Amino acid sequence: MPKVTVDGIEIEVPNGATVLQACELAGKEIPRFCYHERLSIAGNCRMCLVEVKPGPPKPQASCALPAAEGQEIRTDSQMVKTAREGVMEFLLINHPLDCPICDQGGECDLQDQSIAYGRGASRYDENKRAVTEKYMGPLIKTIMTRCIHCTRCVRFSEEIAGVDEIGALYRGEDMQITTYLEQAAKHELSANVIDLCPVGALTSRPYAYEARPWELTKTLSIDVSDAVGSNIRVDSRGREVLRVLPRTNDDVNEEWISDKTRYQVEGLTRRRLDKVWIRRKGKLEQASWDEAFSTIAKAKAGSSIAAIAGDLLDCETMFAAKTLLGALGSTLIESRQGGMAYPADNLAAVNFNSTFAGIEEADAVLIVGSQVRWEAPLVNVRLRKAAKRGAKVFIVGPHWETTYAAEFLGDSLDQLQQLPAHVAEAMQQASKPAIIIGGGGLVAGALAPALALAEQWKLVREGWNGFNVLHMAAARMGALMLGFAQKGGMADIAAANPKVVLALGADEVDFSQFQSSLKVYIGHHGDKGAHAADIILPGSAYTEKAGTYVNTEGRVQFADKAVFAPGDAREDWTILRALADALGVSVGFDSFGELRAAMTAEVPALGVEGLADYGALPKGDAKAKATGQIVYPIKDFYMTNAIARSSPTMQRCSAELLHGEDFAEAAE
Amino acid sequence: MLADKDRIFTNLYGYQDWRLKAAQARGDWDATKRLMEVGQDAIIEEVKASGLRGRGGAGFPTGMKWSFMPKESKDGRPSFLVINADESEPGSCKDREIIRHDPHKLIEGALIAGYAMRARAAYIYIRGEYIREAETLFSAVAEAYAAGLLGKNAAGSGYDFDVFVHRGAGAYICGEETAMIESLEGKKGQPRLKPPFPAGAGLYGCPTTVNNVESIAVVPTILRRGASWFSSFGRENNKGTKLFQISGHVEKPCVVEEAMSIPFRELIEKHCGGIRGGWDNLLAVIPGGSSVPLVPGEQIMDCPMDFDGLREVGSGLGTAAVIVMDKSTDIVRAISRISYFYKHESCGQCTPCREGTGWMWRVMERLRTGDADIGEIDMLQQVTKQVEGHTICALGDAAAWPIQGLIRHFRPELERRIAENAREAAE
Repeated sequence: MPKVTVDGIEIEVPNGATVLQACELAGKEIPRFCYHERLSIAGNCRMCLVEVKPGPPKPQASCALPAAEGQEIRTDSQMVKTAREGVMEFLLINHPLDCPICDQGGECDLQDQSIAYGRGASRYDENKRAVTEKYMGPLIKTIMTRCIHCTRCVRFSEEIAGVDEIGALYRGEDMQITTYLEQAAKHELSANVIDLCPVGALTSRPYAYEARPWELTKTLSIDVSDAVGSNIRVDSRGREVLRVLPRTNDDVNEEWISDKTRYQVEGLTRRRLDKVWIRRKGKLEQASWDEAFSTIAKAKAGSSIAAIAGDLLDCETMFAAKTLLGALGSTLIESRQGGMAYPADNLAAVNFNSTFAGIEEADAVLIVGSQVRWEAPLVNVRLRKAAKRGAKVFIVGPHWETTYAAEFLGDSLDQLQQLPAHVAEAMQQASKPAIIIGGGGLVAGALAPALALAEQWKLVREGWNGFNVLHMAAARMGALMLGFAQKGGMADIAAANPKVVLALGADEVDFSQFQSSLKVYIGHHGDKGAHAADIILPGSAYTEKAGTYVNTEGRVQFADKAVFAPGDAREDWTILRALADALGVSVGFDSFGELRAAMTAEVPALGVEGLADYGALPKGDAKAKATGQIVYPIKDFYMTNAIARSSPTMQRCSAELLHGEDFAEAAE
Repeated sequence: MLADKDRIFTNLYGYQDWRLKAAQARGDWDATKRLMEVGQDAIIEEVKASGLRGRGGAGFPTGMKWSFMPKESKDGRPSFLVINADESEPGSCKDREIIRHDPHKLIEGALIAGYAMRARAAYIYIRGEYIREAETLFSAVAEAYAAGLLGKNAAGSGYDFDVFVHRGAGAYICGEETAMIESLEGKKGQPRLKPPFPAGAGLYGCPTTVNNVESIAVVPTILRRGASWFSSFGRENNKGTKLFQISGHVEKPCVVEEAMSIPFRELIEKHCGGIRGGWDNLLAVIPGGSSVPLVPGEQIMDCPMDFDGLREVGSGLGTAAVIVMDKSTDIVRAISRISYFYKHESCGQCTPCREGTGWMWRVMERLRTGDADIGEIDMLQQVTKQVEGHTICALGDAAAWPIQGLIRHFRPELERRIAENAREAAE
């Protein structure tokens, strides 16, 4: 714990801290462009210069200098002021002063810092540099003349995403940041460089010229594009969500989000269900809420009613549906739309127990049937960190492009019964071994043999639980906590042959199982579920309602409502509440507050933000065997849910990045 | 004047063959094993005692640099010696002569220095434009391997040592030691932040020392003839012999080995046949390669040519690449051309150098024609100060110093051009 003095304030800083961190601890603001907490130190912008004694009689880059015992640091001396002014002047001489038409305007580090640390006027009389635009794909818009060469984007791609996509060409004042051959940036986290870029060189292509930051209403929310539950900020204007930005949460998404999280919101204004529809003579026709409710009542379902929860639902909607069905005397509720039927009585067995932050510390990881990059890009980031620290990674399943060293063992679950000696040895000798079962693994039946392996390898030990299931649906863990699981899965629901099926945003269901049922779709997008429905009741998307979500590590998180749903659409719980009246039963809540209170009364964990406690892992059955072939469920990363499928940007990403269509625009 | 018997580089002009046999006849590789038998620390002590300072420009004591290397590897990492043959400083041409005509001095030096600092191998990073020199070096290294002087049990010493020759691709900045390490690793040649210093984490993260060709090539001779012989030349703190490379407006430009601290006048008279047009015609001298400030003729005439002597006149010895300019020189154009060089060679990594070198060159170009404002001289001076000392490596300093030297000594000339230009414009 070295003691340093910052502008006369004596403080003690943690071992390994830099001078910049020491200054921040002392409450001094240090301007910076290239420095970023989560990236390696480049030390190239030279904006963070401070005066340090003892040391050479020149200013030092505080981001790269380790704080040492007895240092006298000055951030307010004339030397520092002059140095900052000098660097700021250099940054600005070749920076176009096009702030009025720059999308970064209002949230630009260069703007802010030039106000605070720059000179009032320019002394530069020469011509400014102009740089040709680069094509970086459908998400990243480039205006490279604005680039200040901080190399944050380069370091992000190399270090966090693990792909060598962005780099610098040429040297000196001709240096240019580019994707080398002007290829699109293809990885799932590419758009994070937009947030990282301190100036307007890399901006969001779909969001170009949409809004100014000060016009936007900012709402804290939770992402539903995968089961990670990324913390997001929804920026909206009026009734429209304009963009989504990551919020910092070190336990979940650090400060990154996937491209799907960021750009699926464009789908919120397209293909929306904003009216009530009833199918008459095979054709959907517009109708009123009353007509719809009376049609449902006329079916006289009684207790022969089922509810299927979709992948994007909040817990409140599911609880309202469950309560409604309970009042009608039915327990036919299910959330695993695709037909999976793993036992859901012990949730510890289907939870990501290591937690995302914890998996970084694993030193041997066996991934069973998970294409992690697509199923949870941010978990892949954590796995990359673990691999960088020396973790061995083994994968059972078809080959996919990992961003770290990994050994593929085979496509079939047979492998679990006959693991190569070095794999078994690595798992046994590891101090923090972990298994991750993904969607493909669950379908193929990997859960039981994996639990056996967990016992054999002692995955649960003091301070460590290495047994993990990686879900893909944002609603899954919440649904399982609320009991949306039949013993036999969807097959049980189909076997009960219910008169009425409530499909709550359920788009992945095979509705041919319910030929004779009245299919009521409550949801927000005219997707697969709506096509099969007899009655469509327009609901709200995740930005249009407050809600509780539980991510795949069992973390309960709350989201706020950002905008109102379009047209006649209502918040889902109010639809179910109204339906209860139409069916003549009482559900016991009249407001969202009462609903939430009833929910937390039944499942107290849903009322507490943070990790839910699911108890101990069940005993493994040593004889459990599985032989299924692993098939990854996600065929197209950009098209996994109804909202993303409606987003033009996601469609274009899918076409260009995955299916190779050529959208490249000529660089001007 | 240095006597012929005291010359280290006896084949500097290529009158004899460079190959192994001829080199051995000149005394290279003579009982190298015995030189190494005294032990690693003794070699370092001897080099320290000789007062040898790095010949690459900065003049850091070579023996002390070697002593920073770990005595034993605690974590299994090997150590490396990197030899800087990326001689790109305008005016410098000494390493080229060594490699061309006396490569075995360098290779023997590599073995001894590598042994002394407990290095596993030496990498010689040779400038990309030195095509013939690289060919010579490749064959000289091959000869040494064939003769058992390198490789396993190098020169019968029982020490395993390899020498790799790596060709650069023509970037000046790769002569900076950490940029050289990056380049050797296959990355873009950009200087690294220090700390960590190469002696702690250099090539491939292993302890590394980067030395100039001349610093390494003189080591075998120092060990053979003794530190006291070497330190008998030159003034205190500026010991030894040195290759001077005199170019420009002298009668006979040459590369010559001379004792350190030789007065400028003696150096020019004895070896270069004097200044073109006589001493009165001397305008200015850049005494250490393009990165050091120029010195007006009258100030340098009797100055001892060594690190301290030239520092006293506001310049530096650098690589001892002496660029002599007589009064026919357009001094502003000369410095402007040097500015262009630094603008062209800046790696672009850190802000002051990337943006500042271009700015400085553009203002210099306008000062050359006088198309500027008087106030811009002071502004240029301030800009050089904003670059100097604010960058990761010393290229920013190197770009700033020549201009500072020009403004310090030739400000009236700059003002005259501006005034003349204004007068012409008015007419």
